[in-house]
Amino acid sequence: MIAELGHYALVLALGLSLIQGVAPLIGARRGDAALMQLGSSTALMQFVFAAASFAALVACYLMSDFSVANVFQNSNSQMPVIYKFTSAWGNHEGSMLLWVLILALFGALVAGFGSNLPATLKADVLAVQAWIGAAFYLFILFTSNPFLRIAEPPFEGRDLNPILQDFGLAVHPPLLYLGYVGCSIAFSFAAAALIEGRIDAAWARYVRPWTLGAWMALTVGIAMGSYWAYYELGWGGWWFWDPVENASLMPWLAATALLHSAVVMEKRDALKIWTLLLAILAFSLSLLGTFLVRSGVLTSVHTFASDPTRGVFILAILVIFIGGSLALFAWRAPALTQGGLFAPVSREGALLLNNLFLASACATVFVGTLYPLALEALTGDKISVGAPFFVLTFAPLFVPLLLAMPFGPLLAWKRGDAYGAAQRLLAAAAVGVMAVVIVLIAEGGSVSLAPFGIGLALFVMGGAVTDLAERTGVVRIPFAAARARAAGLPRSAWGTALAHFGVGVTLLGIVAETHWNAERIVSLKPSQAVTLRHYELTFEDVVARQGPNYREQVARFAVRRDGQVLATLEPSKRSFATRGMTTTEAALLTRGVSQLYVSLGDTAADGALVVRIYHKPLVLLIWLGALVMALGGALSLSDRRLRIGAPKPAAKSTLAPAE
Amino acid sequence: MTLWLAFSLMTAAAIFAVVWPLSRGARGRDVDTTEIYRDQLGEIGRDLAMHRIGEAEAHAARVEVSRRLLAAADAQQESTLQPGAALRHRRIAALAALVLLPLIAGGIYLLLGSPNMPGAPLAARLAVPPEQRSLASLVSQAEAHVERNAGDGRGWEVLAPVYLRMGRFDDAVRARKNALALNGETADRRADLGEALVAAGNGIVSVEAKAAFDGALALNPKHEKARFFIGLALQQDGRKAEAARTWQTLLDEAPPDAPWAATVRQALAELAVPAGSSSGPSAEDVAAASKLREGERNEMVRGMVARLAARMKDEPGDLDGWLRLIRAYTVLGEREQARAAAADARRALGNDRDKAQRIDDLVKALGLS
Repeated sequence: MIAELGHYALVLALGLSLIQGVAPLIGARRGDAALMQLGSSTALMQFVFAAASFAALVACYLMSDFSVANVFQNSNSQMPVIYKFTSAWGNHEGSMLLWVLILALFGALVAGFGSNLPATLKADVLAVQAWIGAAFYLFILFTSNPFLRIAEPPFEGRDLNPILQDFGLAVHPPLLYLGYVGCSIAFSFAAAALIEGRIDAAWARYVRPWTLGAWMALTVGIAMGSYWAYYELGWGGWWFWDPVENASLMPWLAATALLHSAVVMEKRDALKIWTLLLAILAFSLSLLGTFLVRSGVLTSVHTFASDPTRGVFILAILVIFIGGSLALFAWRAPALTQGGLFAPVSREGALLLNNLFLASACATVFVGTLYPLALEALTGDKISVGAPFFVLTFAPLFVPLLLAMPFGPLLAWKRGDAYGAAQRLLAAAAVGVMAVVIVLIAEGGSVSLAPFGIGLALFVMGGAVTDLAERTGVVRIPFAAARARAAGLPRSAWGTALAHFGVGVTLLGIVAETHWNAERIVSLKPSQAVTLRHYELTFEDVVARQGPNYREQVARFAVRRDGQVLATLEPSKRSFATRGMTTTEAALLTRGVSQLYVSLGDTAADGALVVRIYHKPLVLLIWLGALVMALGGALSLSDRRLRIGAPKPAAKSTLAPAE
Repeated sequence: MTLWLAFSLMTAAAIFAVVWPLSRGARGRDVDTTEIYRDQLGEIGRDLAMHRIGEAEAHAARVEVSRRLLAAADAQQESTLQPGAALRHRRIAALAALVLLPLIAGGIYLLLGSPNMPGAPLAARLAVPPEQRSLASLVSQAEAHVERNAGDGRGWEVLAPVYLRMGRFDDAVRARKNALALNGETADRRADLGEALVAAGNGIVSVEAKAAFDGALALNPKHEKARFFIGLALQQDGRKAEAARTWQTLLDEAPPDAPWAATVRQALAELAVPAGSSSGPSAEDVAAASKLREGERNEMVRGMVARLAARMKDEPGDLDGWLRLIRAYTVLGEREQARAAAADARRALGNDRDKAQRIDDLVKALGLS
């Protein structure tokens, strides 16, 4: 009965979204406040039903109701409760329901908290939001229905894919979806602006919190997925340039660009059309990511099940929304009023530079991800575009971006002083150069890019600190005055500096991990030892353990440093009988922000165990940096004050067109 | 019924969400979009006060923001809301909610949903007492468990007697062998394997079965079940005196309340009856010796047997079915029913001599004739 209630709630949500997609639009055109108000009430009620539907599915999972086909296929009565819960979205149907639930949540948030929005804008936004919702409700109901039943319920379910039986499943997909779907709000705002044919600085102000929120969720979601892959897949890698990973990176790059261009629009009323385009692109790339993962075009951990009708349906959604919005853009954008003009050397100029590089980086990832697919579809040739391509194209775009990044916040709006900014960045640059020299010496002058990477990372971090120091004036003015200024500093300024600092932290982690990663693959028998850097690992024995729904072989290693036992690491191999699958559970020893990583390979005939051991210096910084970035976003989001740049009286001769 | 009531309430809530704002009438006042620019002006003032920007910069910024503020105010005047415009549209919207919403929702749901299918959560499935669950479901549950935990010998131990009861003797033998291999050798497991082999051999203690009982006695010379079946083997070999001696010792050493004592006594008594009346071992012996408690499980076996009997009416040509049915009746102690089934089987299979012969053999082996 619970399953049927959930099913009906989903159908009702579809019905409400259809009304929500039409009535407010008409209301906005006719100036009928009641019809516009309809958008809010239906959006709220639609969320209630979507939530009820999702809750029903979760309840079926928790109760192991195998009369629901989806539950039977993806869970098992013996799984721990946490995995029964998470397996609700550890499959195609359930994850699409979560997707649409988050979409409805954002719609309800706009309806509930968007009281500062002009009525027509709000009505249009909710209507566009409802179209997306309706498309996905139809998709779920007709091609991926999680509420289909089995007349004779089997006794035991088929279990969740063992790789997904991890805490990561509780965090990674919901966060990533929050990010993906959060981009839909910016998209709806863009579409609404195009429909209304009116866009101004206030628009950017309205969109900003939504974009920021989506960007934060996306940042943490991607980082979380990366860490999960790192410890679960057993290869010690944290980014594989796998198409599915790229599919999440592209919206992130576009959202990052959008975040920055929206600031220009808010402060200077410029870059308006470009910002609209970015808003459309960010969500289009999110949809594309959903399509790539869900249609079965790609096969990976994420592709739970593939079915051609789904692919066609998602492709149709993709064509309608991306094609439709771009067509709307082409038709209406020229009618929008152009924004102001600005000089190349200025805050807005720096932000434009940031946008150019981010958009180009996004384009390279796009090409690298889709070219092999397109080629295979057209000619049948299978090629693989791997890490070398991305390193060669992505890195050269990011290095100048990161070099320029510390300058941006130091430049004034309208007309900046590049020379002055450079002077103020001297300290940060000195730190960076010193780091390069020190690392070069420590490395014995061997030729590599690592010292420069470290230097760049420190320069970026130093730049963020410089920005704060300049704003508070802590170096120039008395401390008490500086403290007062720090307190008066808007939170978004702190947020910017923190997020930029986080980029440097992540870069530091990436460079250190890539360059100083040490690896040993050895075959060990019990009581044999192996050394890696200053750690000595002794293989003690193998014990068998019985988990709730698996059996595992646990190898125990004593880790010593200078003869002292630091810890016992217990990497294991788990075999899940229901699916006949084996997973590798790596064991991690965290020392500061570095990690020792032990993962098991095969057992040889003579009882020797193949063991992969990695020492990864500063590896945790990669994800900590992402958390710092998201924290910066949160600080910025909590800044409710509206600010404006302080433009200097402009000299007309140096102005260039904004677009 | 509750389901449909819940559906109606949900539909009503959805309709309410549409009709409510329509009925409230319009609020004519829109949000003041100029507020943002006023805020921005205030911000410039604060920045100036903190000396974060200069006088000239503040002035330029004020001019720029004021220009935007004027534009926003102009736009707002154009788009003043018209309360009460076009009642017709609201009526259409209300109508859509009242008619289309239930139609769309009901239509799609009836197309895709299964309103009559009850849920089957784990707790509810486990709450059904075993005797009310179908035997097939119990077995498939146990089989699923065993399949998932290939290394779990306990599951096989649970399954084996059930197979025996159901007449799936070959499966019972397999289960006993697996239990033996996985859980290790004990006298009990050896004897249980022998018992299953005897059942599979229609009551004959084969060489393999005898080896199993000998194995059990090697581990525990006093093992009762093994000694009983060894006696049976002796009897089948025609060494009646030795058989009688074996059973008598067994009885003498038995505790007074031994549940199997009656069976042994009966076997002894039959041994004394002149040959011909009881040529073979009775399946009753087998059943009793297996020490399975009668009662609750008997009920479910009876249900199973009744279904089998019904099926045999539809498919009278199924020899295995007849054999199983006759054995099942015998196991349940319904010898009259067993004889009747045998007669039916002979009639149904009458034109096939080989099959009829198999029926006759079984009847003889079970001592029904």
